[in-house]
Amino acid sequence: MVSAFFVVLISFLAGMDGILDQFQFQQPIVAATLIGLANGHLTEGVILGGTLQMLALGWMNIGAAVAPDAALASVVSAYLVTGPAQVSVSEGMAIAVPLAIAGQVLTIGVRTLTVMLTHVADKQAEKGSLRGIDAVNMTALSLQGLRIAIPTIIVIVVGAGPVNAALNAIPDVITKGLAVAGGFIVVVGYAMVINMMATPELWPFFFLGFALSAISELNLIAMGIIGLVLALVYLQLSPRFNGGDDSGNGGQGGGSGSKGDPVDAILNNY
Amino acid sequence: MNDEVQEVQAQQTGNHLTKGDRRATWWRSTFLQAAWNYERMQNVGWAYSMVPTIKRLYKTKEDRAAALKRHLEFFNTHPYVASPILGVEMAMEEQKANGAEIDDDAINSVKVGMMGPLAGVGDPIWWGTVRPVLGAFAAGMAQSGQILGPIIFFLVWNIMRMAFLWYTQELGYREGTNITENLGGGMMQKLTTGASILGMFIMGVLVPRWTTMNFPMVISEVKLQKGGYIDTNALATQINNGNLDAKTISDVVSGIQAKQNLGAVKITTVQDTLNQLIPGLAPLLLMFVVLWLLRKNVSPIVIIFGLFAVGILAYALGIMA
Repeated sequence: MVSAFFVVLISFLAGMDGILDQFQFQQPIVAATLIGLANGHLTEGVILGGTLQMLALGWMNIGAAVAPDAALASVVSAYLVTGPAQVSVSEGMAIAVPLAIAGQVLTIGVRTLTVMLTHVADKQAEKGSLRGIDAVNMTALSLQGLRIAIPTIIVIVVGAGPVNAALNAIPDVITKGLAVAGGFIVVVGYAMVINMMATPELWPFFFLGFALSAISELNLIAMGIIGLVLALVYLQLSPRFNGGDDSGNGGQGGGSGSKGDPVDAILNNY
Repeated sequence: MNDEVQEVQAQQTGNHLTKGDRRATWWRSTFLQAAWNYERMQNVGWAYSMVPTIKRLYKTKEDRAAALKRHLEFFNTHPYVASPILGVEMAMEEQKANGAEIDDDAINSVKVGMMGPLAGVGDPIWWGTVRPVLGAFAAGMAQSGQILGPIIFFLVWNIMRMAFLWYTQELGYREGTNITENLGGGMMQKLTTGASILGMFIMGVLVPRWTTMNFPMVISEVKLQKGGYIDTNALATQINNGNLDAKTISDVVSGIQAKQNLGAVKITTVQDTLNQLIPGLAPLLLMFVVLWLLRKNVSPIVIIFGLFAVGILAYALGIMA
């Protein structure tokens, strides 16, 4: 009972952050870990969270476009894996995908419903009521929280039995095949990120990273350092950033010679 | 009567936002997207963030109503880069409340003018680089069951985010409308390019490293000559009979060091051949197929479902395991 309460609470948090995108409670690595903790299976939650995080790497809301919903996917999938149903991690991953779509549909619904609340806000504004604006904003936020909490409650009430029965009915070739697909499905996330950033100017850095990845002694921290150094050197050498004002290129140590550089101006102010 | 007194006071002392007001705005800006809607998007959250400012600067019902109305217009940007815009708008409202000639259009057009370019910076940096890189780093740890992965992700992200929201909001407040010149000075472009280089580089590392594709199909089975392989059968017989000697052990060890094949038959799979070309070739090719599909406007969810189907099919046919 206590763990179910915390699961619902986390689902509410994840739902709110699904729209806010601030604390990242909706991200699988956070949500699944917390759900795992609530259910007393922390390690399974962490592993599932890491696995789903790779899948969700490129899910981002840009402009008015709505990405697949990480919140519902990670909460319900983590409940099934770490809760009484004890579903395997690879099955949890496969379940997460349809859940992400369901969550996406639900948030589009709530975002449409919130149009009505905007008009309530207009009415409150006419009255000059600051509290009215506060209330509207928080009501809308609660709706987004309920968007994940209600489906989660339904799954908890339905319980482990039917879920397991349904999963056991799936033939072996499908579950093993899903596990195989789970190994490479993460490229979709990578491709989405690359699709957003890639310019002809940047492709060489991708291939350099690809070639260096074969050296297994270089872990990700080392790779991060190499990437940072590459970026800094590039910015210093690129003719595009060396037009009129290159006084700031000596870095923060440059001191007096870098009056024109806004980065320095900000740093010096603090 | 009461209003007149207040107005005189405002002109004498000036009506200013306190640090507390700015802190409150900072916290409220966390909820910028709470009432995200298809009509005016972040408008309610924006007005909600401006509440401390309006409360401090305007005391009458009419003034507050007018202020709320002008801040309930359409607004949408990346949720974090809204902070510098909030800072600028707070400075503008402060000047207006203290008698400067700033009309509603000016306040609105600064908002609208800044949201587009800033979103163009915020999306690739925060969603395109910081979250994937930090997320992948933490997820790698988490997949091996280390609790430190999620903790690092949560702490690093939120410290960076909260510092960014506060300092850019303060920057906007101090600089006021001058900020548009500052941001135009190539700094934003530098930041975006630098972040994208790091992001692309790390993606290049991750694609082969954390994608698992195994093709166990056997291409060839070659019977090796005696002495060219580690004779595991003979070794097993020796061990079971209890007559394992030092020479055999040293032969086996040197064989392993020389990377000799285990057993008399050398099996070469598709995977071995691929690895000889360059490790991670298959994930790279798959990534480009997905990228091509994305550019053809195929929805990511459709691609994910498609890949699940491919996985099941490839497993059923014995191509992949």
